[in-house]
Amino acid sequence: MAQMTATLPERGTEETALITGSEAIAVACKLADVDVITAYPIRPYDTVMQYVAKLVANGEFDCEYIVAEGEHSQFEIVKHASACGARVFTGSSGVGWMYAMEALTVTPALRIPMIAMVGNRALDDPGAFGVEHNDALTVRDLGWMLVWVDTAQEALDTALIAYRVAEDRRIFLPCGISCDGAFLTHSQAMVKIPTQDQVNKFLPRYNRADLLLHPDNPITVAPQANEDWVMEIRRQNYAAMERVPGVIREAYADFERIFGRKYGNPFFEEYETADADVVIMGMGTLSMPTRVAIRKLRSEGKKVGMVRLRWFRPFPAEELAKCLSRFKAVGVLDRDFSFGSPYMSGVVATETRAALYTDTISKHPPVLNFIGGLGGREVTVPDVEKIAHELYEAAEGKKKPATQWIGLRE
Amino acid sequence: MGRLFAVEIVYRGIFQKTLAKNISRGIVLAASLEGKPGTSFGRYGDSPERNGIPAKYFAIVATDDLTLEEGMAKYEPKEVDITVCVDDTLCKGVESWAWYGLQPINRLTKAGGTLIVTSKEPPEKLMPMIHQKQDPYKLAVLKGIPSFSGLWVYKDDHTDVRILGAIAKLLPDMLKLDSVKQFILHEWNDAVKVQSATNSYNRITAQNVSPSQGNPEKPFQFELLKWHEMRDGVSIPCIAPGHKMDDPATHATGGFQPARNPTFKKWSTRTMRPVIDFDTCIKCTLCWLQCPDSCFDVTPEGLYDANMEACCGCGVCEAVCPVKDCVTMVNEVAFKDNSSQWEAWRKNKDTYNTWLKGTIANKADRSHGFRYKGQYEEQTPEMLEIAKSS
Repeated sequence: MAQMTATLPERGTEETALITGSEAIAVACKLADVDVITAYPIRPYDTVMQYVAKLVANGEFDCEYIVAEGEHSQFEIVKHASACGARVFTGSSGVGWMYAMEALTVTPALRIPMIAMVGNRALDDPGAFGVEHNDALTVRDLGWMLVWVDTAQEALDTALIAYRVAEDRRIFLPCGISCDGAFLTHSQAMVKIPTQDQVNKFLPRYNRADLLLHPDNPITVAPQANEDWVMEIRRQNYAAMERVPGVIREAYADFERIFGRKYGNPFFEEYETADADVVIMGMGTLSMPTRVAIRKLRSEGKKVGMVRLRWFRPFPAEELAKCLSRFKAVGVLDRDFSFGSPYMSGVVATETRAALYTDTISKHPPVLNFIGGLGGREVTVPDVEKIAHELYEAAEGKKKPATQWIGLRE
Repeated sequence: MGRLFAVEIVYRGIFQKTLAKNISRGIVLAASLEGKPGTSFGRYGDSPERNGIPAKYFAIVATDDLTLEEGMAKYEPKEVDITVCVDDTLCKGVESWAWYGLQPINRLTKAGGTLIVTSKEPPEKLMPMIHQKQDPYKLAVLKGIPSFSGLWVYKDDHTDVRILGAIAKLLPDMLKLDSVKQFILHEWNDAVKVQSATNSYNRITAQNVSPSQGNPEKPFQFELLKWHEMRDGVSIPCIAPGHKMDDPATHATGGFQPARNPTFKKWSTRTMRPVIDFDTCIKCTLCWLQCPDSCFDVTPEGLYDANMEACCGCGVCEAVCPVKDCVTMVNEVAFKDNSSQWEAWRKNKDTYNTWLKGTIANKADRSHGFRYKGQYEEQTPEMLEIAKSS
């Protein structure tokens, strides 16, 4: 438990460490002085629990570290701990996340600021452990905030930001931080570790306030309620989600001021878009081959840009629509699928098309969907070049399929 | 655009995991002291690692961040400046979880690049095990036994720093000896390890390998099915039960040879293989019963022939055999192919028995790592002596 007694903040200078994206999140937990952490092994998420366990065992990190008997209990334990005022961390991957589904559904309604790392993994069957985004996306309608990162540094920074946003009394919603299995969870990169002083300045203590489950604050949480209450309860969650963008903006601005690292627009990153004809949009580490391909395409005179979506929930619809309307064609690269969805597209493409169907913009570029990288398959630089080629043809008015699979043996 | 460097470390899963990780991290951290960014990662497809199954670690270093991104944009490097092989039996190739077929040890080694092998064997003994490569490259042998620094045990025999010293000599543009020394002092604060790295830097030599040198065999490979050619429902056909065996001498049939996985051959899973004395075998069935991989073919006359497409080299057969020297585990470096010992014996018993006795008498030292408690503590001083003197 976080002690209420004042302790002297640690001083120190920013250090650099060679760590994985998972380890970076574990370090963020330590810096955030998380009180209760629950774990249950499933790869690739397990790399974060291993590192937390190591920090605890080495005496570097003081927290309640509980290995539960399954993911459902794992998420239930932190839900209750959070209701009692503890800062919590947990996470899972693939079907582990699905096994916790009932606990995942009840968490947002209770306004629990749980931070979970989703080490993105293909859903069984087959029992594959490479990355796919369908696991985290299953909670997209439930009231979870969802964010995707693409480097270990961004993983660490975003974990700190997630605590700041989730634990804001205006919000009190859970947040899933998605890290691509292997490409991020298992790759070591040089990461700047912020000082404790900086983190203390940025992140206030979690204050459950009027919602604290405690004998001194007698309340009942989650009583039975039916048709005479449910709509009002849902409307409250809607209101909380509606407030998130503002709080995210505040948090990123403060982050930049205190840590000196700039993320620009918090909701999506634009790369080489200023003069772009066409853009490729996606989430997570797909940005790596995309950036490299864009530099190559630009050297050949093709003006291609990238929009990397960070925050999927709340979906930055208006801002994104305004951005995308500047281009002649948009390609959405989905590392997920939504079988039977409109135009048999991926989730991100479907949401992006919905976001563009608005009268706040006058131009509606064609949106082509590309499904790729499933189960951890590599999306190569030539794959991205092919997408750019398709987008240029669509921009010229050539009829293109709404959805294409790339990198498939066919 | 700056320069991109890549190093792969090929190792035995679990047994050498920490060793591979130390080398990979050492490269990235030492290069970072020269202002070069880098990344280090194990090949995810090799996970979950299994005892002895070949696996890979990669270190990628660049002269600047943009160039590094080129390296990070791939699942794994398509070519490497240096291939490090920390177990000489892996010179026969890599057949891992992550790879279909047999991958030559030098497959990713770029033209003019270097293959570093830790071995007590001389280069001329290793060369026939290594597949031929179209482009010339270099071979450097770092004297030593396959170091056991794995998931559970870290045997600090300096193999990691000796390889870093060798890399500094062979690819100074990527990292210099001073950076390696500085990294070692920072990581372990051990002057003796610094000395080991320096010795290795001073002594390592690489010899040119031409396209005509090495094993001329085409490595085993096969095509993966297209999506519409596959059965659906995530189902695969079972392997047929098996069939009788043919005696190459008499053409009598009998016994039983189980059908085996047509794609996963286990050729490079082994570090040792059993050699059988068919003349002393009492047909007790224990090797056949106890083999966890059903690797024994039952011959028409009721003998047991270890099939090298199924043997993982675990040594259980040797352990359970009640007859002295009937089953003997021998270092894999002694063998050039995977052919049937029983067929050789049936063709000419005298020739076979001469070969058998010679193979056992001259077998190179090798163990699994779990033969008896304390074995690794015994080996460490020997390795440290090699680090100092050779």
